[in-house]
Amino acid sequence: MATIRRRKAAENSEISKEEEEEHKDEEESDDTKKKQPGKVHKAKKKSEDKNKNKWSCVDSCCWFIGCICTVWWVLLFLYNAMPASFPQYVTEAITGPLPDPPGVKLKKEGVSVKHPVVFVPGIVTGGLELWEGHHCADGLFRKRLWGGTFGEVYKRPFCWMKHMSLDNETGLDPSGIRVRPVTGLVAADYFAPGYFVWAVLIANLARVGYEEKNMYMAAYDWRISFQNTEVRDQTLSRIKSNIELMVATNGGNKAVILPHSMGVLYFLHFMKWVEAPAPMGGGGGPDWCAKHIKAVMNIGGPFLGVPKAVAGLFSSEAKDVAVARAIAPGFLDNDIFRLQTLQHAMKMTRTWDSTMSMIPKGGDTIWGAHNWSPEDCYNLKDSQRNNDTQISSEERIEKLSSQSKSAHYGKMISFGKDVADAHSSEIERIDFRDAIKGNNIANSTCRDVWTEYHDMGIEGIRAVADYKVYTAEEVVDLLHFVAPKMMKRGSAHFSFGIADNLDDPMYNHYKYWSNPLETKLPNAPDMEIFSLYGVGIPTERAYVYKLSPAAECYIPFQIDTKANDEENCLKDGVYSVDGDETVPVLSAGFMCAKGWRGKTRFNPSGIRTYIREYDHSPPSNLLEGRGTQSGAHVDIMGNFALIEDVLRVATGASGKDLGGDQVHSDIFKWSEKINLRL
Amino acid sequence: MCTTWWLLLFLFHCLPPTMTGFQVPESPGERLKREGLTPLHPVVLVPGIVTGGLELWEGRPCSEGLFRKRLWGGSFTEIFKRPLCWLEHLSLHNETGLDPPGIRVRAVPGLVAADYFAPGYFVWAVLIENLAKIGYEGKNMYMAAYDWRLSFQNTEIRDQALSRLKSKIELMYVTNGYKKVVVVPHSMGVIYFLHFMKWVESPSPMGGGGGPNWCAKHIKAVMNIGPAFLGVPKAVSNIFSAEGKDVAFLRAIAPGLLDSDMLGLQTLEHLMRVSRTWDSTISLLPKGGDTIWGNLDWSPEEGLSCDLDKRKLSSSDTTNFNHSDGDIGFRIKDPIKYGRVISFGKAASQIPSSHLPPPDLKELLGMRSSSGLNLSCSGEVWTEYDEVSRENIIKVAENKAYTAQNTFDLLRFVAPKLMQRAEAHFSHGIADNLDDPKYSHYKYWSNPLETKLPNAPDMEIYSLYGVGIPTERSYIYKMSPSSKCKSIPFRIDSSVNGQGDNSCLKSGVYFVDGDESVPVLSAGFMCAKGWRGKTRFNPSGSATYLREYRHKAPSSLLQGRGLESGAHVDIMGNVALIEDVLRVAAGASGRDIGGDRIYSDIMKMSERINLQL
Repeated sequence: MATIRRRKAAENSEISKEEEEEHKDEEESDDTKKKQPGKVHKAKKKSEDKNKNKWSCVDSCCWFIGCICTVWWVLLFLYNAMPASFPQYVTEAITGPLPDPPGVKLKKEGVSVKHPVVFVPGIVTGGLELWEGHHCADGLFRKRLWGGTFGEVYKRPFCWMKHMSLDNETGLDPSGIRVRPVTGLVAADYFAPGYFVWAVLIANLARVGYEEKNMYMAAYDWRISFQNTEVRDQTLSRIKSNIELMVATNGGNKAVILPHSMGVLYFLHFMKWVEAPAPMGGGGGPDWCAKHIKAVMNIGGPFLGVPKAVAGLFSSEAKDVAVARAIAPGFLDNDIFRLQTLQHAMKMTRTWDSTMSMIPKGGDTIWGAHNWSPEDCYNLKDSQRNNDTQISSEERIEKLSSQSKSAHYGKMISFGKDVADAHSSEIERIDFRDAIKGNNIANSTCRDVWTEYHDMGIEGIRAVADYKVYTAEEVVDLLHFVAPKMMKRGSAHFSFGIADNLDDPMYNHYKYWSNPLETKLPNAPDMEIFSLYGVGIPTERAYVYKLSPAAECYIPFQIDTKANDEENCLKDGVYSVDGDETVPVLSAGFMCAKGWRGKTRFNPSGIRTYIREYDHSPPSNLLEGRGTQSGAHVDIMGNFALIEDVLRVATGASGKDLGGDQVHSDIFKWSEKINLRL
Repeated sequence: MCTTWWLLLFLFHCLPPTMTGFQVPESPGERLKREGLTPLHPVVLVPGIVTGGLELWEGRPCSEGLFRKRLWGGSFTEIFKRPLCWLEHLSLHNETGLDPPGIRVRAVPGLVAADYFAPGYFVWAVLIENLAKIGYEGKNMYMAAYDWRLSFQNTEIRDQALSRLKSKIELMYVTNGYKKVVVVPHSMGVIYFLHFMKWVESPSPMGGGGGPNWCAKHIKAVMNIGPAFLGVPKAVSNIFSAEGKDVAFLRAIAPGLLDSDMLGLQTLEHLMRVSRTWDSTISLLPKGGDTIWGNLDWSPEEGLSCDLDKRKLSSSDTTNFNHSDGDIGFRIKDPIKYGRVISFGKAASQIPSSHLPPPDLKELLGMRSSSGLNLSCSGEVWTEYDEVSRENIIKVAENKAYTAQNTFDLLRFVAPKLMQRAEAHFSHGIADNLDDPKYSHYKYWSNPLETKLPNAPDMEIYSLYGVGIPTERSYIYKMSPSSKCKSIPFRIDSSVNGQGDNSCLKSGVYFVDGDESVPVLSAGFMCAKGWRGKTRFNPSGSATYLREYRHKAPSSLLQGRGLESGAHVDIMGNVALIEDVLRVAAGASGRDIGGDRIYSDIMKMSERINLQL
């Protein structure tokens, strides 16, 4: 033991000696030459070791980066080398074999091409590209500004905003900027890489034999008002000419039209335009539609507008004017780069006339007044439906809550939750319409972001809040008050009322053409109108607002996200009803369920109408992507049942062959409550 | 390494877009915009062969995941990933010349169809950009994309491409305030549009039923770029042995792929098989036979210098086309017999015709039925050569020399099915009597020598093409050394060279002046003589203009493909040409832009051609 100890001690001493030496070495570096060479060598070696230790941190860092890069490369390589069917293979391995896509199924049945098909994309889903721009947009010629990767939003946001905006007064191009819709099927097959819009439907149509010559994407600039697409781009003329060409080259088979979302209104406008005489219309003659159109299959059509549009215009909030937020939530919500993103977005979207086409139409008659709304009060059918279709208990609760008793849908905007709950007689209101707008409260710091709120002044804002409750009709007045310039532009192109007498010559003006309640359908008794939409998703219907705390550079109103009321399906300040996440059932279904059913004054030739609802069931796992049974506004374009319906009609079936109406919601019941003269 | 790559990539992305070309001279579009040019006439662009993209609409299982992806154009990645599958899908049916069962490949529509052929390789993009600068956009610019593999009439039968073009022109005419359109076809698009002009005025079952004044009413000018009016000799060698530099840049893009037997595939043979199913290649065979292209002893180009550098010098002195130097006199002693489009061996290309054996192809055609089929070759690669016995191949070679006219006999002999299919769609002769009712058949419509121009006295026809690049004109062939199974028995004798560096004969190919693909004769003759004034081919006397652009190679790499190039495709980026097109589109007439502009000897050549007008 002793020896060991001694040895240890010796070792220790040696080490300490060496350390001392080293210490000396460092201290008296001048003297090292005098010392014995061996020792110097040792010391050097030591210091080298130390150096190595020091470097190893950086080394490992480099190694780490190198490894990451290499792994990335390898993965990228594997991904590229992977056969295209691999993801599908994995999915099948996990979830079992997928059902045949409808295209394959119908092809096996021996169905083949018959009627040419026209797609009419909705708002935001169509791509826009740059044809002429300012200097900041150099190099973007014919590149997509909207749709695709949106790379430019991040690279040069201001420039992007500037180019996407329209002129504040004319609603057309600002000087020196030309942004035009992308043409062809690529315009709206995918909105962003991997986010399909029409692609699935196109692929399935191709399976039964469709191709470019009998499929046409009626792409239009969705930012400008419908009539302006004709004035600026002659888009309506182009659609007319293309439909005529396709009908002629496909052996006289009439076209099947598939409008989606706002495209539904756009196509309504088209049908009136094409038969109207030449200077304002297309001069196609009174039987153009009867000659060229077999069926109009409206997908998720906001015939009567969407409440979302109100929130979008009022405070640019709702989940809204589309997917934009879903895609870049961080971008819109935070003040990155210290930009007032929301304000900028508002300024931009307010120059887009088309957003106004979606303001709820029909006023109180359709959407309900202070104390009633067509959708309120019902429970009965819901439970029936639950027995029929097996829905998980969670969902049942959700559905019950979304359609429970005393929801106050008629009050589309109310200030404060208590107001929303109260009966109309209890609410004191001060009329805002005559309120004097105060001086410009905007200080110079927020000048660059000009929303019309700066012209309102505190008094104006207070007046708006004091009115407390707004119904669908009053909402239009409200918008006229808070955004007079925008609404002045918009009301020249759109109308939101109900016609008393459809034969009044004033209804020949184009501003009424996109409102189903102020136009007659064309005289085409053989035509069919379908309304295909999803149900089973809570959809925004009414809002609870509050004043923004800081009123200076901000938008003075915002949704009161604290207002919650599970029983009245109020959540985060939003009342929701059944719908497809964007369009409430009422808006999508009413016209086909009642307004146009049979021979009515809106449908004088008795065009047959069909309602096809698709119950939403979310994808069971992530691998399924956006699901094949979805009922959501855009995802429904990948719904197999819907695709099958579309394919059958395109290949010659009639609405009756499909099985007539297919209804899950209470649309018929609600429609009955609406007291509209037909 | 990876890290550096990443850094570079990152830097590249951060680079402001203006960095890369900050010394770019002002584009003609910008200059003309300042002059106050605005869009007046709608513009229709008609792409040529190979430059248009093709995409898949329905395919075999091997092409899974390629739905609506580009098979042709774009990055061509699929060639490398699954070459056989790719070839299968691009082939057409051997007998009908239409889709094979279960495969649908269609032309990409819209401006994207042919703006860039491959990433960075522009075709129409520069022209489109300049048109946009003065205010053009989607509504007054239309790309008449069609499936360039099909014969012209079949594009109508299968895709209704002609009807669509008609409807688009009518629409643009109406929506742009009743302004006639300016049509800008390129390469094969030129003859496609000739076909269209006849089609549209013909009565309905075969034609478009537009009535006899349709062209006069709707078309202001046809600005043919690099037109292959009378065909190109390249097409012969291509069909004969899949060789010429051509039926596109394919070789230039993937030389290794085509020339070596990579992966043990007989690439060239495969390519031949595929391209032989394309009827459209036949449309590019030389038209007009010996009258235009010369016979065994004579050719319109003979005696004119092919030495481009020298001529450039001389013509820069005189700028006139009818110069007569001593230089040319020297060459006349030993004229090159361009008329012999194909000859076997250098000697055969030079000796006087009396020494050549008389052409006896008729006899060959008779023999072919009894040809002994080499059974061991009945493999997957089926070129029609398999059916031609070795003896007959030798007989073909013994014939020594073929002119433009009996080249057809030769092709009929080596590829009977192809020619049979194609000759139902195209004709390559000269009409004696244009009023003969047989000429109302569509197969004559794309041959300017067998059709009359439409009755449109106000229409203008331009021929815009590059000069100053050696262009293939005739070939010296030899037998392939190996009689290996399934190989192509003939190939260009690339060991043959002329004397001195100035010779027009290089690697077995005789060159003349042209734009690298189309010889001047083919591009210019119709506008220089065939249609000039009131002729029987141009009864209404539509005005014609020749605009030549002398090739100037880009001086540095930074310039890319050059702003003054005269090459067949690169000319679409030539600033002078773009300016001409823009001015005409904005309303100028041919006289306003300066009438003819000629550098080559086209007028002299045309004079020598003895064609009844």
